[in-house]
Amino acid sequence: MEEKELELLKLLEKNGRLEVETIAQMIDLSVADTKQMMEKLEKENAILGYSTLVNWGKVLQYEGVTAMIDVKVTPTRGTGFDKVAERIYRFPEVKALYLMSGAYDLSISVEGKTMMEISRFVSDKLSTLDNVVSTTTHFVLKKYKHDGIIFDDEDDQDRRMMVSP
Amino acid sequence: MRTREKSYVADHVNDLSPSGIRRFFDLASQMGNVISLGVGEPDFVTPWNVIEASYHSLERGYTAYTANAGLLELRQEINNYLNKNYHVSYNPENQILVTVGASQAIDVAFRAILNPGDEVIVVEPSFVAYAPAVRLAGGIPVTVDATEEFAFNVQADQIEAAITSRTKAILLCSPNNPTGAVLSKQELEAIARVVEQHDLLVISDEIYADLTYDETFTSFAAINGMAERTILVSGFSKAFAMTGWRLGYAAGPKEILAAMTKIHQYTIMCAPTMAQHGALEALKNGMDSVKEMCISYRQRRNFVVKALQDMGLSCHVPGGAFYVFPSIERTGLTSTEFAEQLLQEQRVAVVPGDVFGKSGEGYIRCSYATSMKQLEQAMKRMRTFVEAKIN
Repeated sequence: MEEKELELLKLLEKNGRLEVETIAQMIDLSVADTKQMMEKLEKENAILGYSTLVNWGKVLQYEGVTAMIDVKVTPTRGTGFDKVAERIYRFPEVKALYLMSGAYDLSISVEGKTMMEISRFVSDKLSTLDNVVSTTTHFVLKKYKHDGIIFDDEDDQDRRMMVSP
Repeated sequence: MRTREKSYVADHVNDLSPSGIRRFFDLASQMGNVISLGVGEPDFVTPWNVIEASYHSLERGYTAYTANAGLLELRQEINNYLNKNYHVSYNPENQILVTVGASQAIDVAFRAILNPGDEVIVVEPSFVAYAPAVRLAGGIPVTVDATEEFAFNVQADQIEAAITSRTKAILLCSPNNPTGAVLSKQELEAIARVVEQHDLLVISDEIYADLTYDETFTSFAAINGMAERTILVSGFSKAFAMTGWRLGYAAGPKEILAAMTKIHQYTIMCAPTMAQHGALEALKNGMDSVKEMCISYRQRRNFVVKALQDMGLSCHVPGGAFYVFPSIERTGLTSTEFAEQLLQEQRVAVVPGDVFGKSGEGYIRCSYATSMKQLEQAMKRMRTFVEAKIN
Protein backbone atom coordinates (compact mmCIF):
# COMPACT_ATOMS: atom_id res chain seq x y z
CA MET A 1 0.00 0.00 0.00
CA GLU A 2 2.81 2.41 0.83
CA GLU A 3 4.23 1.80 -2.61
CA LYS A 4 0.94 2.85 -4.19
CA GLU A 5 0.85 5.97 -2.04
CA LEU A 6 4.27 6.89 -3.34
CA GLU A 7 3.15 6.28 -6.90
CA LEU A 8 0.05 8.38 -6.39
CA LEU A 9 2.03 11.26 -4.88
CA LYS A 10 4.55 11.25 -7.68
CA LEU A 11 1.81 11.26 -10.30
CA LEU A 12 -0.02 14.14 -8.64
CA GLU A 13 3.17 16.07 -8.08
CA LYS A 14 3.73 16.00 -11.81
CA ASN A 15 0.15 16.66 -12.78
CA GLY A 16 -2.33 17.81 -10.14
CA ARG A 17 -5.16 17.69 -12.64
CA LEU A 18 -5.08 13.95 -13.29
CA GLU A 19 -8.58 12.59 -12.77
CA VAL A 20 -9.07 10.19 -9.89
CA GLU A 21 -10.44 7.63 -12.32
CA THR A 22 -7.30 7.84 -14.43
CA ILE A 23 -4.99 7.58 -11.45
CA ALA A 24 -6.94 4.58 -10.20
CA GLN A 25 -6.43 2.81 -13.53
CA MET A 26 -2.76 3.71 -13.65
CA ILE A 27 -1.91 2.40 -10.20
CA ASP A 28 -4.32 -0.52 -10.46
CA LEU A 29 -6.63 0.37 -7.56
CA SER A 30 -10.36 0.90 -7.37
CA VAL A 31 -11.62 4.46 -7.69
CA ALA A 32 -13.00 4.34 -4.14
CA ASP A 33 -9.67 3.19 -2.71
CA THR A 34 -7.81 5.85 -4.65
CA LYS A 35 -10.12 8.58 -3.39
CA GLN A 36 -9.73 7.33 0.13
CA MET A 37 -5.96 7.32 -0.22
CA MET A 38 -5.96 10.89 -1.48
CA GLU A 39 -8.17 12.05 1.36
CA LYS A 40 -5.92 10.38 3.87
CA LEU A 41 -2.83 12.02 2.38
CA GLU A 42 -4.58 15.38 2.42
CA LYS A 43 -5.56 14.93 6.04
CA GLU A 44 -1.98 14.03 6.95
CA ASN A 45 -0.78 17.15 5.11
CA ALA A 46 1.32 14.98 2.82
CA ILE A 47 -0.70 16.62 0.07
CA LEU A 48 -0.76 20.34 0.85
CA GLY A 49 -2.57 21.59 -2.21
CA TYR A 50 -3.04 21.41 -5.97
CA SER A 51 -1.58 24.38 -7.75
CA THR A 52 -0.79 25.44 -11.29
CA LEU A 53 2.66 26.35 -12.48
CA VAL A 54 2.25 29.59 -14.43
CA ASN A 55 4.86 30.98 -16.75
CA TRP A 56 4.14 34.63 -15.94
CA GLY A 57 6.60 35.69 -18.60
CA LYS A 58 3.93 34.68 -21.12
CA VAL A 59 1.31 36.93 -19.56
CA LEU A 60 1.66 40.38 -21.07
CA GLN A 61 -0.20 42.45 -18.50
CA TYR A 62 1.63 40.78 -15.62
CA GLU A 63 4.48 42.69 -14.13
CA GLY A 64 6.44 41.08 -11.38
CA VAL A 65 9.92 40.61 -10.01
CA THR A 66 11.42 37.72 -8.13
CA ALA A 67 14.41 37.99 -5.85
CA MET A 68 16.45 35.44 -3.98
CA ILE A 69 17.73 36.79 -0.70
CA ASP A 70 20.54 35.23 1.34
CA VAL A 71 20.11 36.06 4.99
CA LYS A 72 22.47 35.66 7.92
CA VAL A 73 20.67 35.48 11.25
CA THR A 74 21.44 34.89 14.91
CA PRO A 75 19.55 31.84 16.07
CA THR A 76 17.51 32.14 19.27
CA ARG A 77 18.24 30.00 22.26
CA GLY A 78 15.67 27.25 22.57
CA THR A 79 14.04 27.66 19.18
CA GLY A 80 17.11 27.90 16.94
CA PHE A 81 16.28 29.23 13.51
CA ASP A 82 12.60 28.31 13.60
CA LYS A 83 11.35 31.43 15.38
CA VAL A 84 13.06 33.89 13.10
CA ALA A 85 12.14 31.79 10.07
CA GLU A 86 8.50 32.03 11.05
CA ARG A 87 8.76 35.81 11.46
CA ILE A 88 9.90 35.91 7.87
CA TYR A 89 7.76 33.28 6.14
CA ARG A 90 4.55 34.77 7.48
CA PHE A 91 5.01 37.70 5.09
CA PRO A 92 2.84 36.89 2.07
CA GLU A 93 5.44 38.16 -0.40
CA VAL A 94 7.80 35.43 0.80
CA LYS A 95 7.15 32.54 -1.58
CA ALA A 96 9.80 30.14 -0.33
CA LEU A 97 12.11 29.92 2.63
CA TYR A 98 14.86 27.40 3.28
CA LEU A 99 17.42 26.90 6.03
CA MET A 100 20.76 26.41 4.32
CA SER A 101 24.15 25.00 5.11
CA GLY A 102 27.13 27.13 4.13
CA ALA A 103 27.92 30.84 4.05
CA TYR A 104 24.49 32.10 5.08
CA ASP A 105 21.53 30.72 6.99
CA LEU A 106 18.24 31.40 5.26
CA SER A 107 17.42 31.49 1.59
CA ILE A 108 14.29 33.45 0.77
CA SER A 109 12.42 33.73 -2.48
CA VAL A 110 10.37 36.93 -2.62
CA GLU A 111 7.95 38.10 -5.24
CA GLY A 112 6.86 41.68 -5.76
CA LYS A 113 5.41 43.93 -8.42
CA THR A 114 8.50 46.08 -8.77
CA MET A 115 12.11 46.20 -7.64
CA MET A 116 11.13 49.07 -5.38
CA GLU A 117 8.58 46.94 -3.67
CA ILE A 118 11.14 44.24 -2.95
CA SER A 119 13.79 46.67 -1.79
CA ARG A 120 11.24 48.20 0.59
CA PHE A 121 10.54 44.73 1.95
CA VAL A 122 14.25 44.14 2.51
CA SER A 123 15.02 47.49 4.09
CA ASP A 124 11.83 47.97 6.11
CA LYS A 125 10.76 44.46 7.09
CA LEU A 126 13.59 42.02 6.76
CA SER A 127 16.80 43.78 7.75
CA THR A 128 15.16 45.49 10.70
CA LEU A 129 14.39 42.19 12.42
CA ASP A 130 16.48 41.77 15.58
CA ASN A 131 17.94 38.42 14.58
CA VAL A 132 18.87 39.39 11.05
CA VAL A 133 22.57 40.15 10.74
CA SER A 134 22.88 40.75 7.01
CA THR A 135 21.08 40.31 3.69
CA THR A 136 22.21 39.91 0.09
CA THR A 137 19.53 40.35 -2.56
CA HIS A 138 19.75 38.79 -6.05
CA PHE A 139 17.10 39.65 -8.62
CA VAL A 140 16.01 36.92 -11.01
CA LEU A 141 16.54 37.91 -14.63
CA LYS A 142 15.01 34.90 -16.36
CA LYS A 143 13.38 31.67 -15.31
CA TYR A 144 14.53 28.66 -17.30
CA LYS A 145 13.21 25.84 -15.19
CA HIS A 146 11.04 25.63 -12.08
CA ASP A 147 9.94 22.59 -10.10
CA GLY A 148 11.30 20.28 -12.76
CA ILE A 149 9.48 21.99 -15.60
CA ILE A 150 11.37 23.71 -18.39
CA PHE A 151 9.86 27.07 -19.36
CA ASP A 152 9.58 27.75 -23.09
CA ASP A 153 10.28 24.14 -23.91
CA GLU A 154 10.19 24.08 -27.67
CA ASP A 155 11.35 20.50 -27.39
CA ASP A 156 7.97 19.34 -26.27
CA GLN A 157 7.08 17.77 -29.60
CA ASP A 158 7.04 14.24 -30.91
CA ARG A 159 9.84 13.74 -33.37
CA ARG A 160 9.09 10.07 -33.97
CA MET A 161 7.72 8.57 -37.15
CA MET A 162 4.01 8.02 -36.88
CA VAL A 163 4.12 4.24 -37.34
CA SER A 164 7.16 2.04 -36.87
CA PRO A 165 7.85 -1.65 -36.23
CA MET B 1 20.61 1.81 -77.18
CA ARG B 2 19.09 -1.40 -75.83
CA THR B 3 16.46 -0.93 -73.16
CA ARG B 4 16.87 -2.80 -69.91
CA GLU B 5 14.91 -5.99 -69.98
CA LYS B 6 15.68 -7.81 -66.82
CA SER B 7 15.47 -6.82 -63.19
CA TYR B 8 18.87 -6.45 -61.64
CA VAL B 9 17.55 -7.10 -58.17
CA ALA B 10 18.40 -10.52 -56.81
CA ASP B 11 15.52 -13.01 -56.83
CA HIS B 12 15.59 -13.68 -53.12
CA VAL B 13 15.32 -9.96 -52.44
CA ASN B 14 12.56 -9.51 -54.99
CA ASP B 15 10.71 -12.33 -53.27
CA LEU B 16 10.67 -10.55 -49.91
CA SER B 17 7.42 -8.69 -49.44
CA PRO B 18 7.73 -5.21 -47.99
CA SER B 19 6.64 -4.77 -44.38
CA GLY B 20 2.93 -4.10 -43.92
CA ILE B 21 3.90 -1.41 -41.45
CA ARG B 22 5.16 0.74 -44.28
CA ARG B 23 1.76 0.92 -45.97
CA PHE B 24 0.13 1.94 -42.74
CA PHE B 25 2.74 4.56 -42.10
CA ASP B 26 1.97 6.14 -45.48
CA LEU B 27 -1.77 6.15 -44.77
CA ALA B 28 -1.44 7.70 -41.31
CA SER B 29 1.13 10.30 -42.32
CA GLN B 30 -1.20 11.81 -44.90
CA MET B 31 -3.85 12.65 -42.30
CA GLY B 32 -4.02 15.43 -39.78
CA ASN B 33 -5.01 15.25 -36.11
CA VAL B 34 -3.94 11.63 -35.78
CA ILE B 35 -3.06 10.16 -32.39
CA SER B 36 -0.59 7.43 -33.06
CA LEU B 37 -0.46 4.25 -31.01
CA GLY B 38 1.57 2.77 -33.82
CA VAL B 39 5.01 3.79 -32.70
CA GLY B 40 7.47 1.04 -31.80
CA GLU B 41 9.83 3.19 -29.80
CA PRO B 42 9.89 5.08 -26.49
CA ASP B 43 8.29 8.51 -26.24
CA PHE B 44 11.07 9.61 -23.92
CA VAL B 45 14.07 11.48 -25.21
CA THR B 46 17.40 9.83 -24.31
CA PRO B 47 18.43 10.72 -20.72
CA TRP B 48 20.42 13.95 -20.69
CA ASN B 49 23.52 12.49 -19.04
CA VAL B 50 23.85 10.08 -21.98
CA ILE B 51 23.51 12.84 -24.56
CA GLU B 52 25.96 14.97 -22.62
CA ALA B 53 28.52 12.16 -22.41
CA SER B 54 28.32 11.69 -26.15
CA TYR B 55 28.88 15.45 -26.70
CA HIS B 56 31.82 15.28 -24.41
CA SER B 57 33.38 12.39 -26.32
CA LEU B 58 33.10 14.42 -29.52
CA GLU B 59 34.65 17.47 -27.85
CA ARG B 60 37.58 15.37 -26.74
CA GLY B 61 38.03 14.21 -30.30
CA TYR B 62 36.85 10.61 -30.05
CA THR B 63 35.86 10.54 -33.69
CA ALA B 64 37.89 7.60 -34.97
CA TYR B 65 36.99 3.91 -35.33
CA THR B 66 36.91 1.74 -32.26
CA ALA B 67 37.93 -1.90 -32.06
CA ASN B 68 35.75 -4.04 -34.36
CA ALA B 69 33.92 -5.56 -31.44
CA GLY B 70 33.40 -2.13 -29.86
CA LEU B 71 35.14 -0.22 -27.06
CA LEU B 72 36.53 -2.74 -24.61
CA GLU B 73 35.33 -0.59 -21.72
CA LEU B 74 31.80 -0.70 -23.13
CA ARG B 75 31.96 -4.47 -23.52
CA GLN B 76 33.10 -4.72 -19.91
CA GLU B 77 30.18 -2.59 -18.79
CA ILE B 78 27.79 -4.68 -20.89
CA ASN B 79 29.08 -7.77 -19.15
CA ASN B 80 28.71 -6.13 -15.72
CA TYR B 81 25.19 -5.09 -16.55
CA LEU B 82 24.18 -8.53 -17.86
CA ASN B 83 25.79 -10.16 -14.89
CA LYS B 84 24.22 -7.92 -12.28
CA ASN B 85 20.72 -7.89 -13.75
CA TYR B 86 20.38 -11.19 -15.55
CA HIS B 87 22.97 -13.45 -13.94
CA VAL B 88 24.84 -14.31 -17.11
CA SER B 89 28.52 -13.78 -17.60
CA TYR B 90 30.72 -13.31 -20.67
CA ASN B 91 34.33 -12.62 -21.40
CA PRO B 92 34.35 -9.02 -22.71
CA GLU B 93 37.48 -9.82 -24.72
CA ASN B 94 35.90 -12.38 -27.02
CA GLN B 95 32.25 -13.04 -26.19
CA ILE B 96 30.60 -9.67 -26.75
CA LEU B 97 30.09 -7.76 -30.00
CA VAL B 98 28.77 -4.20 -30.10
CA THR B 99 26.50 -3.76 -33.12
CA VAL B 100 24.49 -1.17 -34.99
CA GLY B 101 21.26 -1.82 -33.13
CA ALA B 102 19.99 -5.20 -32.04
CA SER B 103 18.77 -5.58 -35.63
CA GLN B 104 22.31 -5.85 -36.92
CA ALA B 105 23.16 -8.34 -34.20
CA ILE B 106 20.32 -10.54 -35.42
CA ASP B 107 21.38 -10.19 -39.04
CA VAL B 108 24.99 -11.04 -38.26
CA ALA B 109 23.94 -13.94 -36.04
CA PHE B 110 21.98 -15.58 -38.85
CA ARG B 111 24.70 -14.98 -41.38
CA ALA B 112 27.23 -16.52 -39.03
CA ILE B 113 25.32 -19.72 -38.35
CA LEU B 114 23.17 -20.56 -41.36
CA ASN B 115 24.10 -22.79 -44.27
CA PRO B 116 21.82 -22.55 -47.29
CA GLY B 117 18.55 -24.31 -46.52
CA ASP B 118 18.99 -24.39 -42.76
CA GLU B 119 15.77 -23.83 -40.90
CA VAL B 120 15.14 -21.35 -38.12
CA ILE B 121 12.04 -21.60 -35.99
CA VAL B 122 10.50 -18.15 -35.67
CA VAL B 123 7.73 -17.61 -33.16
CA GLU B 124 4.92 -15.42 -34.42
CA PRO B 125 3.39 -12.88 -33.94
CA SER B 126 6.81 -11.29 -34.02
CA PHE B 127 8.88 -8.28 -34.92
CA VAL B 128 8.69 -7.91 -38.70
CA ALA B 129 12.40 -8.32 -39.44
CA TYR B 130 13.09 -11.83 -38.15
CA ALA B 131 11.84 -13.97 -41.02
CA PRO B 132 13.34 -11.68 -43.71
CA ALA B 133 16.67 -11.71 -41.84
CA VAL B 134 16.64 -15.52 -41.94
CA ARG B 135 15.89 -15.51 -45.68
CA LEU B 136 18.56 -12.92 -46.47
CA ALA B 137 21.06 -15.17 -44.73
CA GLY B 138 20.04 -18.10 -46.93
CA GLY B 139 17.93 -19.85 -44.31
CA ILE B 140 14.30 -20.88 -44.20
CA PRO B 141 12.06 -19.46 -41.49
CA VAL B 142 9.63 -21.97 -40.01
CA THR B 143 6.75 -20.34 -38.20
CA VAL B 144 5.29 -21.45 -34.89
CA ASP B 145 2.33 -19.56 -33.50
CA ALA B 146 2.22 -18.24 -29.98
CA THR B 147 -1.46 -18.13 -29.16
CA GLU B 148 -3.54 -16.20 -26.66
CA GLU B 149 -4.49 -19.52 -25.05
CA PHE B 150 -0.99 -19.57 -23.51
CA ALA B 151 -0.81 -15.83 -23.01
CA PHE B 152 1.04 -15.50 -26.33
CA ASN B 153 3.93 -17.60 -25.07
CA VAL B 154 5.19 -20.36 -27.30
CA GLN B 155 5.13 -23.80 -25.67
CA ALA B 156 8.00 -26.27 -25.80
CA ASP B 157 5.92 -28.97 -27.49
CA GLN B 158 4.95 -26.58 -30.28
CA ILE B 159 8.61 -25.95 -30.94
CA GLU B 160 9.37 -29.63 -30.81
CA ALA B 161 6.67 -30.36 -33.37
CA ALA B 162 8.28 -27.91 -35.82
CA ILE B 163 11.75 -29.40 -35.62
CA THR B 164 13.11 -31.17 -38.71
CA SER B 165 16.53 -32.52 -39.62
CA ARG B 166 17.34 -29.08 -41.08
CA THR B 167 16.47 -27.08 -37.96
CA LYS B 168 19.47 -25.10 -36.79
CA ALA B 169 18.12 -22.53 -34.41
CA ILE B 170 15.15 -20.99 -32.66
CA LEU B 171 14.52 -17.29 -32.41
CA LEU B 172 12.85 -16.18 -29.19
CA CYS B 173 11.80 -12.67 -28.26
CA SER B 174 10.70 -12.05 -24.70
CA PRO B 175 9.32 -9.60 -23.66
CA ASN B 176 7.70 -9.70 -27.04
CA ASN B 177 6.92 -7.16 -29.71
CA PRO B 178 3.96 -7.02 -30.57
CA THR B 179 2.23 -8.98 -27.77
CA GLY B 180 4.15 -7.84 -24.68
CA ALA B 181 4.25 -11.48 -23.55
CA VAL B 182 7.03 -12.57 -21.21
CA LEU B 183 8.16 -16.19 -21.11
CA SER B 184 8.31 -17.54 -17.57
CA LYS B 185 11.31 -19.37 -16.18
CA GLN B 186 9.39 -22.66 -16.33
CA GLU B 187 8.49 -22.14 -19.97
CA LEU B 188 12.09 -21.31 -20.79
CA GLU B 189 13.29 -24.42 -18.98
CA ALA B 190 10.90 -26.57 -20.98
CA ILE B 191 12.16 -25.01 -24.21
CA ALA B 192 15.74 -25.54 -23.01
CA ARG B 193 15.13 -29.29 -22.69
CA VAL B 194 13.98 -29.40 -26.33
CA VAL B 195 16.96 -27.32 -27.41
CA GLU B 196 19.36 -29.65 -25.66
CA GLN B 197 17.72 -32.78 -26.94
CA HIS B 198 17.84 -31.65 -30.56
CA ASP B 199 21.20 -29.94 -30.28
CA LEU B 200 19.91 -26.53 -31.36
CA LEU B 201 20.96 -22.95 -30.93
CA VAL B 202 18.77 -20.12 -29.62
CA ILE B 203 18.90 -16.52 -30.66
CA SER B 204 17.30 -14.73 -27.77
CA ASP B 205 16.21 -11.17 -28.49
CA GLU B 206 16.04 -9.60 -25.04
CA ILE B 207 15.87 -5.97 -26.10
CA TYR B 208 12.86 -5.31 -23.82
CA ALA B 209 14.29 -7.15 -20.79
CA ASP B 210 14.46 -4.06 -18.58
CA LEU B 211 10.86 -3.20 -19.37
CA THR B 212 9.24 -6.03 -17.44
CA TYR B 213 6.48 -5.08 -15.05
CA ASP B 214 5.20 -7.95 -12.97
CA GLU B 215 7.60 -10.83 -12.68
CA THR B 216 11.37 -10.74 -12.77
CA PHE B 217 12.76 -11.35 -16.20
CA THR B 218 14.75 -14.52 -16.87
CA SER B 219 17.31 -14.54 -19.65
CA PHE B 220 17.35 -17.68 -21.74
CA ALA B 221 21.14 -17.72 -21.41
CA ALA B 222 20.73 -17.96 -17.63
CA ILE B 223 18.89 -21.28 -17.87
CA ASN B 224 21.12 -24.16 -16.83
CA GLY B 225 23.30 -25.32 -19.74
CA MET B 226 21.95 -22.74 -22.18
CA ALA B 227 24.77 -20.15 -22.14
CA GLU B 228 26.73 -22.23 -24.64
CA ARG B 229 23.67 -22.56 -26.88
CA THR B 230 22.43 -18.98 -26.80
CA ILE B 231 23.23 -15.87 -28.74
CA LEU B 232 21.86 -13.19 -26.47
CA VAL B 233 20.85 -10.11 -28.45
CA SER B 234 19.99 -6.82 -26.83
CA GLY B 235 20.67 -3.12 -27.08
CA PHE B 236 20.09 0.37 -25.81
CA SER B 237 17.13 1.41 -27.95
CA LYS B 238 14.19 0.52 -25.78
CA ALA B 239 15.21 0.64 -22.12
CA PHE B 240 17.43 3.69 -22.46
CA ALA B 241 15.27 5.41 -25.09
CA MET B 242 18.12 5.42 -27.60
CA THR B 243 16.51 4.09 -30.79
CA GLY B 244 18.10 6.65 -33.10
CA TRP B 245 21.58 5.96 -31.74
CA ARG B 246 21.51 2.54 -33.36
CA LEU B 247 23.42 0.64 -30.75
CA GLY B 248 22.99 -2.95 -29.71
CA TYR B 249 25.08 -5.98 -28.91
CA ALA B 250 25.32 -9.74 -29.06
CA ALA B 251 26.85 -12.01 -26.45
CA GLY B 252 27.40 -15.73 -26.66
CA PRO B 253 29.78 -18.62 -27.18
CA LYS B 254 33.29 -17.64 -28.21
CA GLU B 255 33.31 -19.54 -31.48
CA ILE B 256 30.07 -18.00 -32.72
CA LEU B 257 31.01 -14.52 -31.57
CA ALA B 258 34.31 -14.81 -33.43
CA ALA B 259 32.39 -15.66 -36.59
CA MET B 260 29.97 -12.80 -36.05
CA THR B 261 32.82 -10.38 -35.40
CA LYS B 262 34.44 -11.48 -38.64
CA ILE B 263 31.30 -10.55 -40.62
CA HIS B 264 30.90 -7.34 -38.66
CA GLN B 265 34.51 -6.41 -39.35
CA TYR B 266 34.10 -6.78 -43.11
CA THR B 267 30.71 -5.11 -43.37
CA ILE B 268 30.45 -2.44 -40.67
CA MET B 269 33.95 -2.08 -39.22
CA CYS B 270 32.57 -0.93 -35.88
CA ALA B 271 29.46 0.63 -34.36
CA PRO B 272 29.43 4.46 -34.27
CA THR B 273 31.98 5.71 -31.77
CA MET B 274 29.96 8.60 -30.34
CA ALA B 275 27.01 6.29 -29.75
CA GLN B 276 29.29 3.86 -27.93
CA HIS B 277 30.43 6.62 -25.60
CA GLY B 278 26.81 7.50 -24.90
CA ALA B 279 26.02 3.86 -24.20
CA LEU B 280 28.90 3.65 -21.76
CA GLU B 281 27.37 6.47 -19.72
CA ALA B 282 23.95 4.84 -20.02
CA LEU B 283 25.22 1.65 -18.40
CA LYS B 284 27.29 3.43 -15.76
CA ASN B 285 24.75 6.01 -14.62
CA GLY B 286 21.52 5.44 -16.47
CA MET B 287 19.74 2.70 -14.55
CA ASP B 288 17.77 5.17 -12.41
CA SER B 289 16.34 6.71 -15.56
CA VAL B 290 15.42 3.25 -16.81
CA LYS B 291 13.59 2.50 -13.57
CA GLU B 292 11.66 5.75 -13.77
CA MET B 293 10.64 5.16 -17.37
CA CYS B 294 9.68 1.61 -16.47
CA ILE B 295 7.29 2.83 -13.76
CA SER B 296 5.73 5.23 -16.21
CA TYR B 297 5.23 2.47 -18.80
CA ARG B 298 3.67 0.20 -16.20
CA GLN B 299 1.18 2.88 -15.18
CA ARG B 300 0.25 3.51 -18.78
CA ARG B 301 -0.08 -0.20 -19.43
CA ASN B 302 -2.48 -0.50 -16.52
CA PHE B 303 -4.49 2.41 -17.84
CA VAL B 304 -4.68 1.15 -21.42
CA VAL B 305 -5.49 -2.47 -20.57
CA LYS B 306 -8.35 -1.36 -18.33
CA ALA B 307 -9.64 1.11 -20.91
CA LEU B 308 -9.61 -1.52 -23.67
CA GLN B 309 -11.35 -4.08 -21.48
CA ASP B 310 -13.94 -1.48 -20.47
CA MET B 311 -14.81 -0.79 -24.08
CA GLY B 312 -15.48 -4.48 -24.62
CA LEU B 313 -12.28 -5.79 -26.17
CA SER B 314 -10.63 -8.83 -24.68
CA CYS B 315 -7.09 -7.91 -23.80
CA HIS B 316 -4.57 -10.04 -21.98
CA VAL B 317 -2.29 -8.18 -19.59
CA PRO B 318 1.16 -7.93 -21.16
CA GLY B 319 4.04 -8.45 -18.74
CA GLY B 320 6.59 -6.36 -20.60
CA ALA B 321 7.61 -4.13 -23.52
CA PHE B 322 5.23 -1.25 -24.29
CA TYR B 323 2.54 -2.87 -26.38
CA VAL B 324 -0.90 -4.28 -25.77
CA PHE B 325 -2.38 -6.75 -28.22
CA PRO B 326 -6.16 -6.77 -27.79
CA SER B 327 -8.46 -9.09 -29.71
CA ILE B 328 -10.82 -7.25 -32.03
CA GLU B 329 -12.80 -10.35 -32.90
CA ARG B 330 -15.99 -9.00 -31.33
CA THR B 331 -16.14 -6.16 -33.84
CA GLY B 332 -16.45 -8.63 -36.71
CA LEU B 333 -13.69 -6.80 -38.58
CA THR B 334 -10.36 -8.08 -39.80
CA SER B 335 -7.26 -6.50 -38.29
CA THR B 336 -6.64 -4.41 -41.37
CA GLU B 337 -10.28 -3.29 -41.64
CA PHE B 338 -10.27 -2.35 -37.99
CA ALA B 339 -7.06 -0.36 -38.24
CA GLU B 340 -8.08 1.41 -41.45
CA GLN B 341 -11.56 2.30 -40.29
CA LEU B 342 -10.32 3.44 -36.90
CA LEU B 343 -7.85 5.70 -38.63
CA GLN B 344 -10.46 7.08 -41.05
CA GLU B 345 -13.26 7.52 -38.56
CA GLN B 346 -11.49 8.42 -35.33
CA ARG B 347 -7.97 9.37 -36.38
CA VAL B 348 -6.23 6.85 -34.15
CA ALA B 349 -3.37 4.86 -35.67
CA VAL B 350 -2.80 1.29 -34.48
CA VAL B 351 -0.99 -1.50 -36.28
CA PRO B 352 -3.02 -4.46 -37.63
CA GLY B 353 -1.87 -7.67 -35.96
CA ASP B 354 -1.38 -9.66 -39.15
CA VAL B 355 1.59 -7.44 -40.01
CA PHE B 356 3.43 -9.46 -37.35
CA GLY B 357 2.51 -12.82 -38.86
CA LYS B 358 -0.65 -14.66 -39.88
CA SER B 359 -1.47 -15.61 -36.31
CA GLY B 360 -1.71 -11.91 -35.47
CA GLU B 361 -4.93 -11.70 -37.46
CA GLY B 362 -7.82 -10.77 -35.19
CA TYR B 363 -5.64 -8.53 -33.06
CA ILE B 364 -4.20 -5.05 -33.18
CA ARG B 365 -1.04 -3.69 -31.65
CA CYS B 366 -1.36 -0.53 -29.59
CA SER B 367 1.80 1.05 -28.29
CA TYR B 368 1.44 2.89 -25.00
CA ALA B 369 4.77 4.65 -25.40
CA THR B 370 3.01 7.95 -25.70
CA SER B 371 1.89 10.61 -23.22
CA MET B 372 -1.02 9.99 -20.84
CA LYS B 373 -2.80 12.95 -22.38
CA GLN B 374 -2.63 11.33 -25.80
CA LEU B 375 -3.56 7.92 -24.41
CA GLU B 376 -6.65 9.27 -22.66
CA GLN B 377 -7.78 10.94 -25.85
CA ALA B 378 -7.00 7.86 -27.95
CA MET B 379 -8.94 5.57 -25.62
CA LYS B 380 -11.98 7.89 -25.79
CA ARG B 381 -11.90 7.86 -29.56
CA MET B 382 -11.41 4.09 -29.71
CA ARG B 383 -14.27 3.57 -27.33
CA THR B 384 -16.62 5.50 -29.60
CA PHE B 385 -15.43 3.42 -32.55
CA VAL B 386 -15.56 0.03 -30.87
CA GLU B 387 -18.96 0.54 -29.24
CA ALA B 388 -20.46 1.43 -32.59
CA LYS B 389 -19.02 -1.73 -34.15
CA ILE B 390 -20.00 -4.09 -31.36
CA ASN B 391 -23.60 -2.93 -31.13
